[in-house]
This record gives sequence, structure tokens and C-alpha cells, in this order.
Amino acid sequence: MEYYYFYLSKLRTIFHTTMRMFYHLGRYAIFLKKVFGKPEKHSVFIKQIVREIDKLGIDSLGIVMIISAFMGAVITLQTAYNIDLPIIPKYTVGLAARDSILLEFSSTIVGLILAGKVGSNIASEIGTMRVTEQIDALEIMGINPAGYLILPKVVAFVFIIPALTVISMGVGITGGYLAGSLTGEVPGPDYIYGIQFAFQPFYIVYALIKSVVFAFIIATISAYWGYHVQGGALEVGKASTKAVVASSVQILLFNLILTQLLLA
Amino acid sequence: MIEAIDIHKSFDDKEVLKGISTKFEKGKTNLIIGQSGSGKTVLLKSLVGLHDITSGDIRYDDNSFLSMDNASKKRLRQDIGMLFQGSALFDSLTVEENVRFPLDMFTNWSLEKKRERANFCINRVKLENANHKFPSEISGGMQKRVAIARAIALNPKYLFCDEPNSGLDPRTSIVIDELIHEITKEFDMTTIVNTHDMNSVMGIGENIIFIYEGRKLWEGTKDDIFHVQNKELEDFIFASKLFKKIRENNG
Repeated sequence: MEYYYFYLSKLRTIFHTTMRMFYHLGRYAIFLKKVFGKPEKHSVFIKQIVREIDKLGIDSLGIVMIISAFMGAVITLQTAYNIDLPIIPKYTVGLAARDSILLEFSSTIVGLILAGKVGSNIASEIGTMRVTEQIDALEIMGINPAGYLILPKVVAFVFIIPALTVISMGVGITGGYLAGSLTGEVPGPDYIYGIQFAFQPFYIVYALIKSVVFAFIIATISAYWGYHVQGGALEVGKASTKAVVASSVQILLFNLILTQLLLA
Repeated sequence: MIEAIDIHKSFDDKEVLKGISTKFEKGKTNLIIGQSGSGKTVLLKSLVGLHDITSGDIRYDDNSFLSMDNASKKRLRQDIGMLFQGSALFDSLTVEENVRFPLDMFTNWSLEKKRERANFCINRVKLENANHKFPSEISGGMQKRVAIARAIALNPKYLFCDEPNSGLDPRTSIVIDELIHEITKEFDMTTIVNTHDMNSVMGIGENIIFIYEGRKLWEGTKDDIFHVQNKELEDFIFASKLFKKIRENNG
């Protein structure tokens, strides 16, 4: 009898979780419809996009460059330490570092980092506007708040993230070069030969496609959680956390789907 | 004029508004009073369309708000100004930009003309040397004035104020009340103020409705309010020791 109640309660939890997931999916779809409504005034919309490019993109440049440089260096050194057989040429380290950075690091890992930085920023900004009635004020004026506040963020982030990804690739590979040559583990010419060896330009296209999808996920999911905050400062904090977690999980899921679709 | 006809509003199973019917007259400061949790804010937000009502109707100058299509609702909203409890100014914009915001969104005026209008509204609410300050750099009373200036920027026909004195000292509260009253007369607007401040009632209450547990229990003017034989209204008015004392002194 105890087992019966135990499994019944588990089933009930699974049912409620599934229903909540469908509830959020439905509400997210309705929310997207509002976000992609016609902008109120094009001149204002363009100004908003430029401001968001600065806030979401340019302000993230520093963290992207620092992380890319260090990760490029670590990938190179770890690969060099693990490929210690004399029959494997040194340039393999450059090749491995290049492919790791191009295929995974600069799109997925940078995407996850930006989910933390940009995602929490968007969710807390929109959430604070919700609890301080600024969103209500827009609605009273006859402005579509979702379109006015969120669409510029989505457009700006989707537009700027390919640039961040390309910069991350360059800085990551340079970080690897410096680490390899400064420690003497991978001579500079070998590393440069490695990063040019069997290069497939499609890897860059693949990374850029992924980064654009991740940018859309980060901007819309974070805005969704911020937009539907109810309560006060505590709920804004919770929404911010939910935004980062949900965006990160979706990034990992779509990473898998896109890898299968684009590289299979 | 705004007319509420048998408004019901429920949140899930809880009925917050239970059939409220009333008229808010043009050119007058109409007050909705009641204790916290009585449904005042829900009624105000239902009137402006921030809450969808469960049943009933809302009429703006004999036009049913519920029957309007989205374009008409949007046009109507440009005739509505609203002062929120926490001012709801946009943090990232300066005072002048906040006031100019509705003009930027809904007019094709030149920047010069928009600035002129914004400055007129800022001067009208007697704000000085604050144009380039951000909301976080000015006091609560000044924030309310900026919110009023923003609300009147498009010269609205209807003004809604949700607890305009919340968080203000008594002196500033009176200044804000008088400002709302003056603006109502000057621009001949239909103004609805949601308050539980008896000083506002005595100061500017031309047409007052008392809400208790989601029902309208009384309607009248500030001159009648002290003579009403209604226990709930009496409890509300004389909750303040000051008003109790006045009643005792007047026998």
C-alpha cells in the first residue's frame, strides 16, 4: 500500500510538471506573438536597437574576450599535455584547439556565459519594470509593452552575437597560440600549421547559425520570465534565476538538435 | 464622463468586485475611497482596461470600452493619462524625456515643439531645474509631479490617479491633491482618484464613492460624508484619531 501511494505521488508530480511545461509553452507562444507585433514608431525602434546593441553586445565584449583567451589557452595546453606521443605531430594540438573553439566553445560555451550575463540583465530589467508598474504605464498609453521593450533587445542581440562569436574565435585561437609558444609546449609554427590544416569554412557558418539561435533563446526566454513577474524584488530575483536556468537548458538542447541537423 | 455598469471582477474563485455601478463626472475630481483590500485599485485598473472584467460594461462618453476594437481602444488610450502609486517613471530617461515620451511615441512634431510642450507641462506642475535629472535623483513628491506632467502631455480627457499620496508627507500630499484638482478644472477632464486618505476626501472630493468588500456602499460629496449613517463608512472615516476628535468636539 505504501508503494502504491509513493508511485501515485510521483505520477502526480510528473503530471503537474508536464502540465506546467505546456502552460509555459503556450504562454511563451502568446508572448512571442506580442513581441513580434508591429513597432509603434520606426524611428524610436531603430534608436532602441542601437541602444540595446551597446548595452547587450558591446558591454559583453570584455567578458567574452577574457574568457575566450583563457579557454583557448587551457584547451591548447590540455591537448598538448594529453597528446604526448612522439608519433603524433605537434600541429595536431593547433588543429584540436581550432576545432574545439570553432565547433563548441565560441558558440555554445560563450552562449551559456551570455545566458548568465545578458539573460539575467534582461529578466531583471523587464521584471523591475513590471513590478514598478512601468509596463502598465506603457500599456495605458496604448503602447504594446512587449513589442516596445523586448523586440529591440531580440533584434539587437541576434544582430550582434555573430560578431561576438567571431571575436571569441579569434581571441581563443590567439590565446592558444600564446599559451603554447610561451610555455614551449607547442612551437608557434606548428600551432599555426595546425589551425590551417584541413580547415573547413563550414565550421564557422555552423557556429554562427548556432549563436544566432542561442541569442534568440536567451533574449526571448529571459524577457518571458521578466515580463510575467508578479510581486516584488524577491520575485524579480527568482525570475532572473529561472531565466538563466531555462535559457541554459534550452541552449544545450538546441545545441544537440542543431549539431545533428547541420553536421550529420 | 465615465460610466461603470454592474462591474464584476474575479481572480480565479475570488470575486473582488461585486456589481459596481457608478458615474464619474466630467470636470470633477471623482474619488474612490475604501480601506486596503476593498477593491479600489482593481476597480481603477478595470476602468482603464488593465484588468479584463468578468461581466458588466464600462462606457467612456457613451462608448462601450468592451465593444471597441483594438484600434479604437488604442485611440482612446491616448486620451487617458494615469498617475501610478509608485509614479512608474522610466528609470533610464530624464525628467524631460519622461514627459516627452508620449509625444515621441504619438506625434510627428519637431523636437523643438515636443520640448516646448514638455516644458509647459513641467512648469505647470511647478517643477524647476529638474529637466535633466533622472527619477532616482529626485524626491517622491517630485516624481509624482513628473508623473502628472507626463500624464497631461497629450492633453488627455480622462485622468486616473492610483493613490497619488502614497508615500508622501501630509504637506506634499496636499500639494499633489491641489495640483490634480486644479488640472482637472483647467483641462476640463474626468478625473478619478483612488485614495484612502481622508485629507484628500475633505480637500478635493467632489464626487465620492465608498467601496467596501467589492461593493459600492455609498456615493455622495464631501459635504454629505460626515452625516451618513453607515457603520462601515463611519468606521473608515473615524479610524483616524483626528477625525474622531473633531466629531467629539462637534458633538
